[in-house]
Amino acid sequence: MAQTITEKIIAKHTEENQAKAGSIVSAKVDLVLANDITAPLAIKELEKAGIKTVFDPEKIALVPDHFVPNKDIKSAEQAKLLREFAAKQKITNYFEVGRMGIEHALLPEQGLVKPGDLIVGADSHTCTYGALGAFATGMGSTDIASAMALGETWLIVPQTKLFNYRGKKRDWVSGKDFILYTIGQIGVDGALYESMEFTGDAIENLSIDGRLSMCNMAIEAGAKNGIIAPDDATKDYLKGRVEGEIDIIKSDEDAKYVQTYDINVEDIELQVALPCLPSNSKGVSEIEKTKIDQVIIGSCTNGRLEDLRTAAKILKGKKVAKSSRLIVIPATQNIYKQALDEGLIDIFLESEAAVSTPTCGPCLGGYMGVLAEGEKALATTNRNFKGRMGHLNSEVYLSGPAVAAASAIAGYITSPEDID
Amino acid sequence: MTIKGKVHKYGANIDTDAIIPARHLNTSDPLELAKYCLEGLDKDFAKKVEPGDIVVAEENFGCGSSREHAPVSLKAAGVAAVIASSFARIFYRNAINIGLPVIASPEAVLAIKGSSQVEIDLEKGLINVEGKSIKTRPFPEFVLKIIEAGGLMNLTKEMVKNSKL
Repeated sequence: MAQTITEKIIAKHTEENQAKAGSIVSAKVDLVLANDITAPLAIKELEKAGIKTVFDPEKIALVPDHFVPNKDIKSAEQAKLLREFAAKQKITNYFEVGRMGIEHALLPEQGLVKPGDLIVGADSHTCTYGALGAFATGMGSTDIASAMALGETWLIVPQTKLFNYRGKKRDWVSGKDFILYTIGQIGVDGALYESMEFTGDAIENLSIDGRLSMCNMAIEAGAKNGIIAPDDATKDYLKGRVEGEIDIIKSDEDAKYVQTYDINVEDIELQVALPCLPSNSKGVSEIEKTKIDQVIIGSCTNGRLEDLRTAAKILKGKKVAKSSRLIVIPATQNIYKQALDEGLIDIFLESEAAVSTPTCGPCLGGYMGVLAEGEKALATTNRNFKGRMGHLNSEVYLSGPAVAAASAIAGYITSPEDID
Repeated sequence: MTIKGKVHKYGANIDTDAIIPARHLNTSDPLELAKYCLEGLDKDFAKKVEPGDIVVAEENFGCGSSREHAPVSLKAAGVAAVIASSFARIFYRNAINIGLPVIASPEAVLAIKGSSQVEIDLEKGLINVEGKSIKTRPFPEFVLKIIEAGGLMNLTKEMVKNSKL
């Protein structure tokens, strides 16, 4: 019977080798992820249940990235708990400050994600890894504790919505604009419990960084996973990161989809999502002149090298508006170093931006850029819920790095086309 | 098990940042988390909620982050159940796993008013409100198994024990 890529990957991880949309399966996992916010709860659950060892210390990744480098004493205690657990369980993929990065940028970069893998993580943006042709989904701490103990998890096999992107994208438009536009079309629960499969020539022509941004935000439409079939670009990305044969799985041509969307990317302008939902997306030309107090370029959505290159291209020789402030956060140490080697960090500093060590910090209102009452931020992050970045009466607008960089220079939301 | 309580009714897309803002995620202590429950939506909630109360909301309750601190905070604040038109999937799993009853019923949400007294019969899958008895969809089998085991970790414990025998 014809199957989607998601069904095939899940099937491969079951004893029965079967997975049909709607069925409930127990599936083996290739990697289990947790961070400094979600792991402490999982560790407590394991202790409460008297479970002393994890199923495989090489198949667990622990990344302190949310409130690390420690933002306060309580956060330091959580990071310590994680560190001690990792040492005791001999977890090989524990990433200490100095080696760590934002988990969803770090794991693909470190070669911990392969096409055909089944990955679960105690972080909703675990769905990012679908960009490399893996099935990856977010869960809570107790589910992750159970997966750490057993090496398997329960899943309802999702049905799939297919998004076919065709045509040539406009200048400056990125994967972030594709996904904001798409969520704007289907809504924040437009793919609830479902898989979002992205395909078409515009996806084939999209960089891996752009694909990671797209799959990253599948959760913002309620999806269980976002996925892109691996191709030559995927294989190139994996070279030197992943050893051995790569399992190239694709959907069958006659696979069943609950719905198919045909999107001409020539219609997609640079996008901005207005407060307080990611689905409030509009073309940047439709946005009224909105003064911005703070711009963030970073996060698991847009803290990768391509994002920094885009921002640097726009910021080169320009200054951040006096009425605004710009914070740039390379997502991993490697990205930071490459940005330094390419002179991008110099451009940011010359433009009077602050550059931070990798952290999720401001995206969730943790630290490194919390907003005061009445302030407005434009961020390349993924959520603009009420109060997400600080005070309950502060606002977050979402965009890709091009609009973010241009707006930092202007001091209000604008397109790079309008910056001379 | 029957749950009977007064209602706190809210709208659609109540996200986990509204249920428990991230600035409070530097702890996983349930009682600490309970103090800030629904702070992002209704700052007086933690003061006015009483044990046994029921939170009612529209579509996509619990959307956003995977933080299990959200259902933990609701449960520790005294919330006995959440009824919503639909739930975000991670929140739904988390709530079941920690033993917070969650019931998806658009029909019940329509019938329930802010001032309603609601009675939920979990075994029979019935919600009694405003003189109506509304039948809800049964839990999927795997969810029932978790509930019967008294939470996911109890089930996991059993499975770990069995695999070692």
